Amino acid sequence: MPDLHMVVCLKVVPKPEEIRVDPETRRLDRTHARSEINPPDLNALEVALSLKDEYGGRVSLLSMGPPFFEPYLRVGLAMGAAHAFLLSDRAFGGADTLATTYTLARGIHKLGGADLILCGEESSDGATGQVPAGLAEWLDIGQLTLVSHVDVDPVRGVVRGRRNLKGGYEILEVPLPAVVSVRTASNEPRFMDYRIKPWAFEEGRVTLWSRADLEVDETCIGVAGSPTTVSGLAQARRRERRRQLLTGTPEEVGRQLAELLLPRTAID
Amino acid sequence: MAASLYGIEQEQKAIWVFLEQESGVLERVSLELLSKGRQLADQAGWPLTGLLLGHAVAPLAREAIAYGADEVVLAEHPLLSIFTVEAHSLVAFSALRQGQPSVFLLGATPNGRDLAGRLAVRLRTGLNADCTDLRLMPETGVLVSEVSGFGGGVLALIEMPHHRPQMATVRPGVFLTGQADYGREGRVIRQPVDLTEALVHTRIVERVTGQSVDLTQTPALVVGGRGIDGRFDVLRELADLIGGEVGATRPPVDEGHIERERQIWQTGVVCRPKVAIVCGVSGAFHFVVGIQGAGLVIAVNSDPHAPIFDFADYCVGGDVFEIVPALIRALRDVREVAHA
Repeated sequence: MPDLHMVVCLKVVPKPEEIRVDPETRRLDRTHARSEINPPDLNALEVALSLKDEYGGRVSLLSMGPPFFEPYLRVGLAMGAAHAFLLSDRAFGGADTLATTYTLARGIHKLGGADLILCGEESSDGATGQVPAGLAEWLDIGQLTLVSHVDVDPVRGVVRGRRNLKGGYEILEVPLPAVVSVRTASNEPRFMDYRIKPWAFEEGRVTLWSRADLEVDETCIGVAGSPTTVSGLAQARRRERRRQLLTGTPEEVGRQLAELLLPRTAID
Repeated sequence: MAASLYGIEQEQKAIWVFLEQESGVLERVSLELLSKGRQLADQAGWPLTGLLLGHAVAPLAREAIAYGADEVVLAEHPLLSIFTVEAHSLVAFSALRQGQPSVFLLGATPNGRDLAGRLAVRLRTGLNADCTDLRLMPETGVLVSEVSGFGGGVLALIEMPHHRPQMATVRPGVFLTGQADYGREGRVIRQPVDLTEALVHTRIVERVTGQSVDLTQTPALVVGGRGIDGRFDVLRELADLIGGEVGATRPPVDEGHIERERQIWQTGVVCRPKVAIVCGVSGAFHFVVGIQGAGLVIAVNSDPHAPIFDFADYCVGGDVFEIVPALIRALRDVREVAHA
């Protein structure tokens, strides 16, 4: 089998701990939030880079978003990827899962396809985990989701992974090409390699593709290609709690808590 | 705008629920969706249909009817005995093409998500993932899905006005399971299955299933967060003593201190324990949502300003590793007195 070409899908997200909710408007305040590569996507990148270390081949990065994503993608390049592709066009904005997966699939098509497409389990902002299956459907190829211990057999042309089940696991194998979503925290992503960091931040390492470059069906991208619309924002129902402070020594507090628990729990 | 494979003109006003099963047992989330689906169907005057795929699973159709389905579309085939996304999406797709339901609901389990993601694209329709509530507008038949936004106290309402089916996934534990009524009448419709091994590319190399924890059903929950530094031993001891289970927020799960199936809310579970004892948890919104259904919340945190205290009934500012052992001693003392 010729060189393995792996594409890792990356999303840039605001750091969740830096997002605040405006107490007045109840809207999300992202103004003070810095961005980062969606952490689960780094687990996917680590899988790709380890497979490259083992079997050779190359790793490309693919993302969709505004131009400010570019420097974040260079972090992935400094970790060992060969090139980054950013699908960036105002018309891509406002995409839901259907339009996002369509656009990413067009990006992979433009890349000339790939043997393995790796995604994180879910994004820390959307957190729906629906991109990998949708992407595999648009590309009409197999999928392995939520897997760890990812390995390929280049001779047989298959990818294998371990997927947790309730009270157990399964080891699944699908033919290449395939989409794989990597279980969050299933590996330790490597750091940037400071020897290649200057290279990663040179001109020409990130290619921007607009809708014209991708030859997309205009009715399938962005808002136009998104069946779902946000019809309203509701204030989160917040159940009022007593908020009573218990004080005293640990022993005193322990006794107060025990009295609260006794009528409510099954202590034998 | 690109149209879905079938639209509002062709839709059958009905709610379909995917009945997920493992080894001949229906997933609890499927029963929860039947209950919610029944409620929505009654409000709209629509039928409720279960879609059941498997091998030798016909008795489960009876159970689904007892839990609220008016009819069950049953597809049986040896290649459906273990979930593979190719086989299940092929059969579910052809059933949906025939039935053309207005609404299609699935559990947000790993297999439910795989299937939903595939089918939504194949049907060219929208998918509202991880909904926290569902409403059906009686005049228009539009499904309004509520999803909770990114870590914030904002809930977004999402609709798809022009595409069918209106697909949504819901996590286990969001809705309550209703009472089974085995006197209920219902109809089973057999769906012909045309599957061959050549259509299934996934090879199952090895498969082990067993008992697993179900935090949605536990009466008492002892939860550890980042602040306990992975030291779950004392929390386990407390949970065992009060007949409960240990849960966790995301950081200890990501750091490998505890199994992911014990994570509350995010890719996790929604719980309704009588008591939740929450230790070393700061109180991010997505976690607070996960314990919203708890009867009583006790929070222990060394930071007196931790946001979690706003969401607790009883607040203890102190060291978890002093308070929890003292609580265990107090409970043991009471037990000894009772047994004396």
